[in-house]
Amino acid sequence: MNLQLDEHGRLRHFLSTEGLPRELLTQILDTAESFSGVIGKSVKKVPLLRGRTVMNLFFEASTRTRTTFELAAKRLSADVINMDISTSSAVKGESLLDTLRNLEAMQCDMFVVRHGDSGAAHFIARHALPGVSVINAGDGRHAHPTQAMLDMFTIRRHKGEFEPLRIAIVGDILHSRVARSQIHALNGLGAGEVRVIAPRTLLPRQVEDLGVHVYYDIDQGLRDVDVIIMLRLQKERMAGALLPSESEYFRRYGLSAERVALAKPDAIVMHPGPTNRGVEIEAGVADGPQSVILEQVTNGIAVRMAVMSLAMGATGERA
Amino acid sequence: MDRLKPVDGLIKDLAEALTATLQARDIRDPAMIGIHTGGVWVAERLHRHLGLSLPLGTLDISFYRDDFTRVGVNPHVRPSRLPFEVEGRDIVLVDDVLYTGRTIRAALNEIFDYGRPNRVLLAVLVDRGQRELPIAADACALRMELPTDEEIKLKGPEPLSLIVQSS
Repeated sequence: MNLQLDEHGRLRHFLSTEGLPRELLTQILDTAESFSGVIGKSVKKVPLLRGRTVMNLFFEASTRTRTTFELAAKRLSADVINMDISTSSAVKGESLLDTLRNLEAMQCDMFVVRHGDSGAAHFIARHALPGVSVINAGDGRHAHPTQAMLDMFTIRRHKGEFEPLRIAIVGDILHSRVARSQIHALNGLGAGEVRVIAPRTLLPRQVEDLGVHVYYDIDQGLRDVDVIIMLRLQKERMAGALLPSESEYFRRYGLSAERVALAKPDAIVMHPGPTNRGVEIEAGVADGPQSVILEQVTNGIAVRMAVMSLAMGATGERA
Repeated sequence: MDRLKPVDGLIKDLAEALTATLQARDIRDPAMIGIHTGGVWVAERLHRHLGLSLPLGTLDISFYRDDFTRVGVNPHVRPSRLPFEVEGRDIVLVDDVLYTGRTIRAALNEIFDYGRPNRVLLAVLVDRGQRELPIAADACALRMELPTDEEIKLKGPEPLSLIVQSS
């Protein structure tokens, strides 16, 4: 049984893109497409979640993700409360379950959870009250499903169908919840070929089992791809023995204009942000004509509106 | 399922009724908005009959429905497109069947989120009665009283036909 779905197969929580049926992934993208029109109105809101309360539970700081979730909830007319837990109860030794019970006592309808531990959002979803939905806004190295879906949305807008596409994900796959969620979403949507490009030290064991082709050489891996997805290089990885210097990383795996030219002429360049210019991507490429990095940010709002309204629709009226 | 009604004649009647109403109220060249899905089919034909100059707008009221908590998000929702400025405009709102009035209430709410129109008129192919809100059509081709356990549906897009069936 999939914790994310209700008994009718509708989205109840959104925790991972893994194992979701293609129709549901497509429904999220289609619904987001409809919501993208909302910003064209003078009142940039729809009354769908009027009277509902969404709580952003961020155990790990992330200004942009929290802001787009907040904006999405507000455009759906929900009330939003932002809780920065890392600076409050967690320090006082309150357990995750204690925190959850306390917040539930405040009659919230949805928790948007970002946590440094893999599985935190699942844990909350398993213990949440029947009428409450949980959205995973990033958990440890595990998943960041709304980021993956906004990337899918951006790809579909530029490229249409997924079947003929060749997509390369470049960088620190090992530590990236974004990459994992993207790979599951791309395979779920039937993408033609998913490639991962990284040094051995930044690839999980048996990464092929996720349904990807592995390249250690970026110049080979980028050849004839339709989409290039760069990952952010966490600078703290440099401290460990995983990587040589930043300049050496850029020389071997950084995205330069010359390397973009190896892909198809109409290839798009994506990055979940924030970019480390000169480390994983050249400034001129990040701001170049093939970059859709800022569109990804814009699309994040419509996609999060879609996920929130679908999940809240499935939970229905609270008793 | 029974009693298939010819729709072309009804559209012509509706166009005539609407033209008379617009004249009586001194409205020249209004904007027209069809409500998905049946209302858009009717509006496309009306728009041609009346030779309106502004492009046709389409509205999907799924995000404005009052039964979201019971039925969730409509899986087939389409983007609304109003390719004209709503502010200060005279608008003809078009739907296929007027029943409880809830769809029209939702459509009015959505239109007002685009701007403050001058006047909004309602044109419907069929008024089947059983209203639950104080809403009335300004132009209508066919009025009938149907019991609540029967429904009348417009099938389309090509050709259009009206079907009455027990729900």
